[in-house]
Amino acid sequence: MVTSASSSNESLLEVQDLKTHLFLKRGVVRAVDGVSFDLAGGETLGLIGESGSGKTMTGLSLLGLPPKPAGRIVAGSIRLGGTELVGMGEEELAADVRGSRIAMISQDPMTSLNPVFTVGSQVAAPIRAHVADGNSRGAALDMAVRELDRVRVPSASARARDYPHQFSGGMRQRVVAAMAIACQPEVLIADEPTSALDVTIQVQLMDLIERIQGDTGAGLLFITHDLGVAASLCHRIAVMYAGRIVELAEVEALYRDPRHPYSQGLLASVPRLGQRKRLTSIPGNPPNPLSLPTGCAFHPRCPHATEQCRNEAPPEVTLNDGDTLSRRVACWLEA
Amino acid sequence: MLKRIAQGLVAIVGALLIVFVAQRLSGDPVALMLPMDAGEEDFAAMRSALGLDKPLPLQFAIFLGNALQGDFGQSYQWNAPAMQLILERLPATLELAMAGLVFALLLAVPLGVLSAVHRGGAIDRAGKIFAMLGQAVPGFWIGLLLILFIAVELQWLPAFGRGDLSHLLLPAIALGWYPVAAMTRTLRSSMLDILESDYIRMERAIGLPERAIVWRYALRNAMAPLATMIGVYFANMLGGAFVIEVVFAWPGVGRTVVEAVFARDFPVVQAGVVLSAVVFVAVNLLVDLSYGFIDPRIRHD
Repeated sequence: MVTSASSSNESLLEVQDLKTHLFLKRGVVRAVDGVSFDLAGGETLGLIGESGSGKTMTGLSLLGLPPKPAGRIVAGSIRLGGTELVGMGEEELAADVRGSRIAMISQDPMTSLNPVFTVGSQVAAPIRAHVADGNSRGAALDMAVRELDRVRVPSASARARDYPHQFSGGMRQRVVAAMAIACQPEVLIADEPTSALDVTIQVQLMDLIERIQGDTGAGLLFITHDLGVAASLCHRIAVMYAGRIVELAEVEALYRDPRHPYSQGLLASVPRLGQRKRLTSIPGNPPNPLSLPTGCAFHPRCPHATEQCRNEAPPEVTLNDGDTLSRRVACWLEA
Repeated sequence: MLKRIAQGLVAIVGALLIVFVAQRLSGDPVALMLPMDAGEEDFAAMRSALGLDKPLPLQFAIFLGNALQGDFGQSYQWNAPAMQLILERLPATLELAMAGLVFALLLAVPLGVLSAVHRGGAIDRAGKIFAMLGQAVPGFWIGLLLILFIAVELQWLPAFGRGDLSHLLLPAIALGWYPVAAMTRTLRSSMLDILESDYIRMERAIGLPERAIVWRYALRNAMAPLATMIGVYFANMLGGAFVIEVVFAWPGVGRTVVEAVFARDFPVVQAGVVLSAVVFVAVNLLVDLSYGFIDPRIRHD
């Protein structure tokens, strides 16, 4: 089996054949089932797919936080700047990785802030935990106010004393972002950070995230089901289906010429301005995670499925998208 | 808040009304007061002296007026105002209730939190058994066992009376026994919810130490439901520690009221009951106020 295309030495984050399974009473869910990608500093990689495709679980796995007690990373490797994270102890992960080197902006700003602590103290918490000069409460709070300023919370020093319920949804998401970037992490995971917000607020937040990334040079893993948002923000996009990456390509190449039938279906279901073509949807439903189809998990919904697709999982093949670019597809049509 | 205070006043007036009615239902007090050979005229004179010949609503108005001034009449047994007798015993009851509450919290908070953190583990299972025992075994029986083993057999602590800390320990345990169970279970279930919440996941994702997440960030969120229980049980301990006070011969309000019941010393009983009602209302008001400190969302409403 051919694995990752470009695991150059410069990449900040290298994920190899990561498998995170959920051990439920009803059976085992292979939520992440052999995912490989890499991410360079300053790069934005989009992780797109339907809900249940394993995008969020991939993000949580990077932090070593698959949902307890059912979730567990069962195989694979996550290397961050040369450090192996899989198998690292819980306390070491908390002290040296989470928040300080990899941070996550979570999905729902309305529930992601602790209701009984001031916003300032919540932004200061990771600083106190990870930054050496942030040991004293006052110093950490000053730094927290600077972070709130950085995410453009108006009159940050006064608002730091307020509680989350006194903020609007968009402002709360900024606070969450401030918590995530407070310790200048090398990798930032944004898990559908805009899906709970109004469209205008979404745009502001996207700009903010882009600017933060520009400032810090962090690698950004952008998890979304919104193809439009992904197109505007990402350099490369990984399309996930049933716990696997079915196609990974430069954003333009993917949108111009999707190769995996699932990518093709996804893009055909997005409306485009100026095109009066009828929207098509992918037939069928996402598979039952407890009993995935044999062979290629997409085969029951795939218009091109063959006998081989039903019996054998397709290998990941690397295709050339021009001189320097490459893409990876897991489909028998390309094998 | 004003609404709460008004509700509290209604509750206290209600308690006064019940006390008043119970007093009228319990028979003619004049018959108890006068010697066996008193004549009809003596009865009439005594009734008019006590105001018992007036219409009932008027009697209630007078009773209410006196009650509001803290006047529940003279104790029949002791030549002293009833309320004064009760108030003299209040510090002892307060001391015991506080000690019982502290004991309950010292046990319930770690047990509830650890049960949630190690759900299904040894502490959780032990906590479940303990909670069942706490609910099923009455406090006075625990009190008797404590006296039997700790005080009589081992002679570690005194069995009864009020004095230094050693006197306080056994009755406090017996009194705090029951609330431990309920508080542990409440705290466990709210901690379980909170530990699954998005903000705790966020706090884990930014690498806060697990100890701080549990004991600081999660626990403060679990304090509001606990405060409700603290209020209910503390008020109960203050007003309802009759049995424990009797078992340990604790010179508090409860024991005084029980003695007054046996002596048919109605004014003292009434003063005790009304004081309990006032204490109950006051404690619940304090709990309402405490919500604002625990949860800023309530403070800003």
